[in-house]
Amino acid sequence: MKFTEEHEWLRVEGDHVVVGITEHATTQLGDIVFVELPEVGDTVVKDDEICVIESVKAASDIMAPIDGEIVEVNSALEDNPALANEDAIGDGWFFKIKPSDASQMDGYMDEAAYNAMIA
Amino acid sequence: MTFTPTDYLPYDFANRRHIGPSPAEMQDMLAVVGANDLDGLIDDTLPGNIRQKAPLDFGKPLTERALLHHMKTVAEKNKVLTSLIGQGYYGTVTPPAIQRNILENPAWYTAYTPYQPEISQGRLEALLNFQTMVSDLTGLNIANASLLDEATACAEAMTMAQRVSKSKAMKFFVDEHCHPQNIAVMKTRAAPLGIEVIVGSPDDLNAAEVFGAIFQFPGTTGHLRDFTDQIAALHDNKGIGIISADPLSLTLFKEPGAMGADIAVGSTQRFGVPVGYGGPHAAYMATHEKMARNMPGRIVGVSIDSHGNKAYRLSLQTREQHIRREKATSNVCTAQALLAVMAGFYAVFHGPEGLKAIAQRIHRKTVRLAKGLEDGGFTIDQADGFFDTITVNVGDQQDAIMRRAVENGVNLRAVGGDTIGISVDELTRRDTTEAVWRAFNVERTDTNFTHGYRLPDALARSTSYLTHPIFHLNRSETEMMRYMRRLADRDLALDRAMIPLGSCTMKLNSAAEMMPVTWDEFSLLHPYVPKDQAAGYHHMIDDLSQKLCDVTGYDAISMQPNSGAQGEYAGLLSIASYHRENGEDHRNVCLIPMNAHGTNPASAQMVGWKVVAVKCNDRGDIDLDDFRTKAAEYAEHLAACMITYPSTHGVFEETVIDVCKITHENGGQVYIDGANMNAMVGLSRPGDLGGDVSHLNLHKTFCIPHGGGGPGMGPIGVKAHLIKHLPGDPNTGTGAVSAAPFGSPSLLPISWAYCLMMGGEGLTQATRVAILNANYIAKRLEGAYDVLYKGPTGRVAHECIIDTRPFADSAHVTVDDIAKRLIDCGFHAPTMSWPVAGTLMIEPTESESKAELDRFCDAMLAIRAEIAQIEAGEIDAENNPLKNAPHTMEDLVRDWDRPYSRETGCFPPGAFRVDKYWPSVNRVDNVWGDRNLTCTCPPMDDYLEAAE
Repeated sequence: MKFTEEHEWLRVEGDHVVVGITEHATTQLGDIVFVELPEVGDTVVKDDEICVIESVKAASDIMAPIDGEIVEVNSALEDNPALANEDAIGDGWFFKIKPSDASQMDGYMDEAAYNAMIA
Repeated sequence: MTFTPTDYLPYDFANRRHIGPSPAEMQDMLAVVGANDLDGLIDDTLPGNIRQKAPLDFGKPLTERALLHHMKTVAEKNKVLTSLIGQGYYGTVTPPAIQRNILENPAWYTAYTPYQPEISQGRLEALLNFQTMVSDLTGLNIANASLLDEATACAEAMTMAQRVSKSKAMKFFVDEHCHPQNIAVMKTRAAPLGIEVIVGSPDDLNAAEVFGAIFQFPGTTGHLRDFTDQIAALHDNKGIGIISADPLSLTLFKEPGAMGADIAVGSTQRFGVPVGYGGPHAAYMATHEKMARNMPGRIVGVSIDSHGNKAYRLSLQTREQHIRREKATSNVCTAQALLAVMAGFYAVFHGPEGLKAIAQRIHRKTVRLAKGLEDGGFTIDQADGFFDTITVNVGDQQDAIMRRAVENGVNLRAVGGDTIGISVDELTRRDTTEAVWRAFNVERTDTNFTHGYRLPDALARSTSYLTHPIFHLNRSETEMMRYMRRLADRDLALDRAMIPLGSCTMKLNSAAEMMPVTWDEFSLLHPYVPKDQAAGYHHMIDDLSQKLCDVTGYDAISMQPNSGAQGEYAGLLSIASYHRENGEDHRNVCLIPMNAHGTNPASAQMVGWKVVAVKCNDRGDIDLDDFRTKAAEYAEHLAACMITYPSTHGVFEETVIDVCKITHENGGQVYIDGANMNAMVGLSRPGDLGGDVSHLNLHKTFCIPHGGGGPGMGPIGVKAHLIKHLPGDPNTGTGAVSAAPFGSPSLLPISWAYCLMMGGEGLTQATRVAILNANYIAKRLEGAYDVLYKGPTGRVAHECIIDTRPFADSAHVTVDDIAKRLIDCGFHAPTMSWPVAGTLMIEPTESESKAELDRFCDAMLAIRAEIAQIEAGEIDAENNPLKNAPHTMEDLVRDWDRPYSRETGCFPPGAFRVDKYWPSVNRVDNVWGDRNLTCTCPPMDDYLEAAE
């Protein structure tokens, strides 16, 4: 798994990259009440704001960590945004990207580096 | 008998009525804060270089009696004719029960925005009734709790359409039959955002080239048409369809939802709110649930409290500017709560049958009027049918008929060169109709005989509305009166206790100031009457403007902005226009310190500028080095800086003059946010500090009541070089930001009366006492709480921030817990977590007496003692009076299983024994409400359960 400074995680699954936000981020945000997901088929560019999450405390944007095409979104989150709080790196995933340049992931942190950053 | 003359002045408004502490109490308070006298405290607090040179002088202040007499003579200069001009403003009957129990009732008009839901259930229910009414009438399931006016609502709908549309087009279509002021305000809003507005006939709409379109129903000159096909075409092209609709017409006609509209907007003015020369009135907006999160403004929703009982609250708060800042959906934060409450009660009072009867009666009167004119040889444009508005073809007789109408006591609307528009309303009587006929040289008598209906069958409404029992229960005035009383009793307004909200200036709204608002001479004037009929208004506006110029050091005032945020926006537009005139259109960077009001970045974004944040230092002041660096870095593109003075941290920064100078040296203009003007009046002037433009929150500093979340007024003052860039007339000019030329002018008697009764000296004294009161609280709480951000001499300005963050670790107590515990003590909480998260910002204003300040301080100190008990492990960290606050009557009568007594829970220091304020719900669950969005009245069962 890779981690960004924006508290997103990336996990490679075959040709696709699954993206979500870290448990540290969901703890900071508090109870998440709403998630607006991108549309399947959207072409996204790294650092584009493609997703909105709202908690009772804050509204934040989630950025595309890499270039590519959105191939799947976690619609379960729309009905039950609490999933992101309950299982941030599992059932609380946000979207899957088919990367156009997988090497963009190389710059991101590993788990140890991320844990050091938030410590 | 001996007779000793006394020097007591019973009619001294400033010192005996408006200012809370007596001279003797002030001496005691000065001793506590450690100052010899008030002059000494002020000299300590305000840096010498910012003090104004000459004292404020408005001549001898008026007593209340003299004020009302003077006000009457000015009011009588207004000529109240019957206006049938229409164009979005119609005569309406304000039910006396609503006028007396709501509009003239301090329990309703002195309340604040319902951010603390536990003490706001009454007005939240009233606003939910309004939302339900709007949702039913428009056929769209989510409505907000009102917007500033119809024209602003149209502009908000346009930008919302752009946010939600998947179309990449940059053009927006506007029906040429929209009211002219709506078109004007949309054009103003569109330009800086790069939106191209196309005005044309709906027949010529090219849906493929626009991201959305707006249509008016009925059209401004009375045309009725079905927009279903146009909206379907828009949807085929990923566009958004908007209808601006007269809500009264929707009782008879096909609703926007049934035409496929995605958004509906309009004005609820004719639901019992007088026209008032332009305002205030509540505009509405409704949309589909799937777009709710993109809707601007406040939305009341239904949630549950900690016992699982139904409770109302404001939903989706995170969309607001204080959280989203430049990414906010809009800079709107004021609603028109009081007016929305009135409109909602109008619907509760009349019910669906009553509203329909009113609409039908208006239509029948219009039919008779039209028939008379047709029999007299005139033709009307709306041959296919109309609701309340017709356009009469008069050829070259337009001037003559308009003149004869005025001679007969009636204002009509000149449309183009050869037609005249007439809008009939609830106030139109037989003699009005006959006067109109006489103007057209038609001599006949109105027999009250109706010549049938002239409503197009195809446009008839087929769905029901206002089916909820709330619109059927309260038909008798007895029931209605009691319902309004019950709701008022659930709320905590200034008529019960101090509302120490920092940055909100909840001062006295005196009865004498309020009385003229409902006088006919002020309330019945249509905004577009000829100027000579509004001479009283113009006299007042000119004199008040002059006084506000004297207070601020500016050269001119525009009364047009309807809120502080709209004032910011109008001020930035005038700066942008100034740069454009100088050939410096490229200037688009706005420096804003981190501690600014969230509306600042949102407003800058609305004029198309890029926001660059400036750091604050540890003391909370603007970091001057960072400011200088950023100003130089962006010098070529610097448009403006936006600062607040005294700062949002409640400190008179010594560096303000340098900040202004640096901005000017780098080609920028200075916007000084006037939110904290209550700390400056008579002592310091933003215009002298180097400001080029400021807004004034008349609803803070100048006594317009907050109305439970609006109305407000945010006029702007500018230096001479910006005068020609001020907002233009919405009906005839360009650059308008509001529907009416002077915003909400029927509120201006309040601020004018305040200035006249206080005098320059009284206003200055008010500022001084506001600073004394804040310093007194800061001193009394010292030791128990840390006061953040004092000036170099250890003084605060007119408000102070206390730090509650340490208690999170030491006692697991949050700022929320303290705020809710204050409710048990009978207080509205101070401003929470702004401008610093985890803090409380306290602003007492000059109007609070020493006794009330002491009651508040005693309550705060008692709460601190409770925290200390938790810290010491003497009471449970999760089951204690703070975590369980607020305590309700229901808690008291339930089984009591808590480790503290009922007495401790329900009657902490500060709480009145006999006049105890009981919140109607326990702590409200915010998460539940945002995850389960319901924004219309819940089913009746819930009400019955609550009553049981």
